[in-house]
Amino acid sequence: MSTAASPPVLEGRSVSKGYRLPTGEAIQALDAVSVEVPRGTLTALVGPDGAGKTTLIRLSAGLISVDSGTLSVLGENVARHPERVQERLGYMPQRFGLYEDLTVGENLDLYADMHGVTAAERSARYPRLLGMTALEPFTRRLAGQLSGGMKQKLGLACTLVRSPELLLLDEPTVGVDPLSRRDLWAIITQLVREQGLTVLVSTSYLNEAERCDRSIVLREGKLLAQGPPTEVSELALGRVFLVQPPAGQSARSLQARLIDDPGIVDAVPEGGQVRVVTPGESGKDLAAGIALRGLEVAAAEPMFEDGFMTLLRSTPGEGLAAAGSMTLERPHHALREDVVVSVRELVRRFGSFVAVDRVSFEVRSGEIFGLLGPNGAGKTTTFRMLCGLLPASSGTLRVAGMDLRKARASARQRIGYVAQKFSLYGQLSVSENLEFFASAYGLHRRRRRERIAWALEEFELERMIRLPSGQLPGGYRQRLAMAIALLHEPEILFLDEPTSGADPLARREFWRRITALAEQGVTIIVTTHFMVEAEYCDRVAIMDAGRVLAQGTPAEVRGWTGAEPGHALTMEDAFIRIVESARGQATSRSEHAGGAA
Amino acid sequence: MNTHGRSLHGGALARARRIWSLVRKETHQVVRDPSSIATGIVLPLILILLFGYGLSLDVTNVPIAVVLEAPTPEAAELAAGFQLSPYFDASLLTAMHEAETLMLERKVDAIVRIRPDFARELSLGAAEVQILVHGTDANKARIIQAYAQGAVAQWSARRAAEGKDPAAGPVLVRDRLWFNPANDSHHFLIPGLVVLVMTLIGALLTSMVMAREWERGTLESLFVTPVRIDEILLGKTIPYFVLGMIGLSLCLLAARFLFAVPVRGSIWVLAGASMLYLLVALGAGLFISTATRSQFVASQITVLVTFLPAFMLSGFLFDLRSMPAAVRALTTILPARYYVAVLQSSFLAGDVWGVIVPNTAALAVMAVVVLMLNRAITRKSLD
Repeated sequence: MSTAASPPVLEGRSVSKGYRLPTGEAIQALDAVSVEVPRGTLTALVGPDGAGKTTLIRLSAGLISVDSGTLSVLGENVARHPERVQERLGYMPQRFGLYEDLTVGENLDLYADMHGVTAAERSARYPRLLGMTALEPFTRRLAGQLSGGMKQKLGLACTLVRSPELLLLDEPTVGVDPLSRRDLWAIITQLVREQGLTVLVSTSYLNEAERCDRSIVLREGKLLAQGPPTEVSELALGRVFLVQPPAGQSARSLQARLIDDPGIVDAVPEGGQVRVVTPGESGKDLAAGIALRGLEVAAAEPMFEDGFMTLLRSTPGEGLAAAGSMTLERPHHALREDVVVSVRELVRRFGSFVAVDRVSFEVRSGEIFGLLGPNGAGKTTTFRMLCGLLPASSGTLRVAGMDLRKARASARQRIGYVAQKFSLYGQLSVSENLEFFASAYGLHRRRRRERIAWALEEFELERMIRLPSGQLPGGYRQRLAMAIALLHEPEILFLDEPTSGADPLARREFWRRITALAEQGVTIIVTTHFMVEAEYCDRVAIMDAGRVLAQGTPAEVRGWTGAEPGHALTMEDAFIRIVESARGQATSRSEHAGGAA
Repeated sequence: MNTHGRSLHGGALARARRIWSLVRKETHQVVRDPSSIATGIVLPLILILLFGYGLSLDVTNVPIAVVLEAPTPEAAELAAGFQLSPYFDASLLTAMHEAETLMLERKVDAIVRIRPDFARELSLGAAEVQILVHGTDANKARIIQAYAQGAVAQWSARRAAEGKDPAAGPVLVRDRLWFNPANDSHHFLIPGLVVLVMTLIGALLTSMVMAREWERGTLESLFVTPVRIDEILLGKTIPYFVLGMIGLSLCLLAARFLFAVPVRGSIWVLAGASMLYLLVALGAGLFISTATRSQFVASQITVLVTFLPAFMLSGFLFDLRSMPAAVRALTTILPARYYVAVLQSSFLAGDVWGVIVPNTAALAVMAVVVLMLNRAITRKSLD
């Protein structure tokens, strides 16, 4: 079936598609893009926000139609006969439309009915789908009561109720924890390898693109690269180095210096070192040579992400915003040793459900502290208690020396909070949001004007000042949320999954701001699903099922499970091992208890 | 791989299966979603009880002061008439200034003043009773005024019958109410109730559940299946049509057993017109939700363009003929107006074909137009 000679399953020639925003601004989502997806391959679609990934997938699904060019899917002109294509493909939108008040089984049945799957086919197919997605025990549970990862798996199962010839997945792993993400990818690869399915998947996790057969890189509606992912990785061949920070300097501050350096393409902290991509090969590039002078440097194998960054930054206009030069008006000068957040034996119950179970940790002034964990681990609940939004069932917690639940409202002036998905007023413009929150924080007249001017400048929001915040591109929305949380100059900043769904560039920029803030004495507590981001933290705690499983510096946590010598464990591997071994113990304990009873 | 191609997906059986599956899905959702149950069942029930017991346009137990300035037997007899009347809660006073104080404090709504020379004037055949009514609520004032006049007229008629006033000619007030002989406002509130319940379920509930599918992205996933747009529309229409008919039955049962309001016309005419109106309302709800794709906006617009007009401009509460010409012209495009006409005929007068036929025809035309409009604007597309 899948011979080399067979025509591509998806083939676009000079596909263009434009939109008009409600503000009247025209956006060219795709600009003369020619792509193909060969039969039987797993193809990754990558690119920063606004690259046109979702547009390409929706065009392929026949949900929207091209302005010019042709797009043929499964041999049909999809613009002309969308229904013929829709009968034969599976499509999973970014937010899969599960009916939350239907059960898992009812959702599956609905899609099986839509596709006319017979009862015999169902009885053969359901057990396999449910086994593959590990949803077997939950068929009677309402979809709305599943965790984020399980919802995604159910969405995938719904698109697979019959064998599609092409599967289109739009960011299926956004907001999904590493364990569920690994499961989803196992399912997808199995479908391609064993059943010869053709899959086009968009993702903002670049390490996911690495496992695909092919990759398509888009940026602002233009095609940057297309081919096997190794072709992209090889763009950085001979330009990738691991740099050892000199004694007395942290990997994070070295990374901060290097990423600000115009002579360096990319720098990220990795396992206590800094992974650096230079514009030219070693020794041939003067600027990079100066930036790295006097540092212990070792060549490293390029990865997809390195090639991707090389590709993006070789095209003009793609510099990091001046995130690193961000300065507070009044830096906080607390002693590094001061404990500013202390949590002891914190418990929160909802009925019989224990959301947070005897959690203890301490955060010192000027530290970046990361809370990592799968969906439903209790991270957000812990955050809400710390910020005084939710009372604790038992245990003690002190933030800046106070329990915010009991302290006067003025005590909250000392903390800033960026909620999950950023609580902004979508209908209000950037400046109106700033004005509103400034007055909510009690800033008036001159002080308010000064602080808003500061926020607009430091977060480079002037260009967007009139746009309603609901229409801001993802990266700008994040910046606005952070700007608002910093208006009243808090000394402690809480951020709940600020980088979920953000592209690699936006994430680097975000972390550059965070490290700059920490340098100026702001204490940061952050939750994230991106395990690589733990490398930016001074200390991290890994949570699952309400409990803290491991805690320490990133290096300590990586070493927690006892890595074999010479083989460094990535943060993601360490995380998966820690959570799985804790879950294994929990099951064997409960089995043991059950046997004894 | 593509052996089951178009034949299977396009067949009538496959289509029926898909529609049935969508109807079943919708039913599950209505049953499980508290907000649907609130709009579809609880709100109509509240409306029924509110209309039945809370809202009544009848006036009873009005507090009044009867000022008896000279307690002659004739005057006392007239005052007793007010005291015994179910419409009044009369307190007997002897001085006018006391009554005026009560009136200013709004403790009474009216004063009946029987002057000291009442008996003398009566014997001369020109007796006067002064009635002062608190005029802040003009409608109520008019009713009180009429009741008070009625009480006086009744008294004088009784006297005349007893032959006590040979000199004074008895004033006979011939009053008769057509179509609502019991003069019970329930008789004309019930048709209005039916309109409101049908509008609520038909337009408001439907617009919200359809907009919810746009908002939650469930339609995006459904679109990329062989399902057709008319199947999706039918899958929405059928369950809420059934729910609307349940609402209608509730109203009819409440009318018959709670408020003892009979249906004078044919129940089939009533049911037929209700089905047509329900289709128009459903169509309007679907149309608004497809145009707005947002639950909040859809519910606001639906209340503005369907519910409120059905309340104010359909002629059930305020007479169409007393409206300004421009507003009256506007009501001609309101489906609720035609439905109310049929309902009033069915409930109050019986089968008046001259009313039923044109109004039902108008509803039928509207139903066809609205449903075709939906079919035209709803596409399996996000463009």
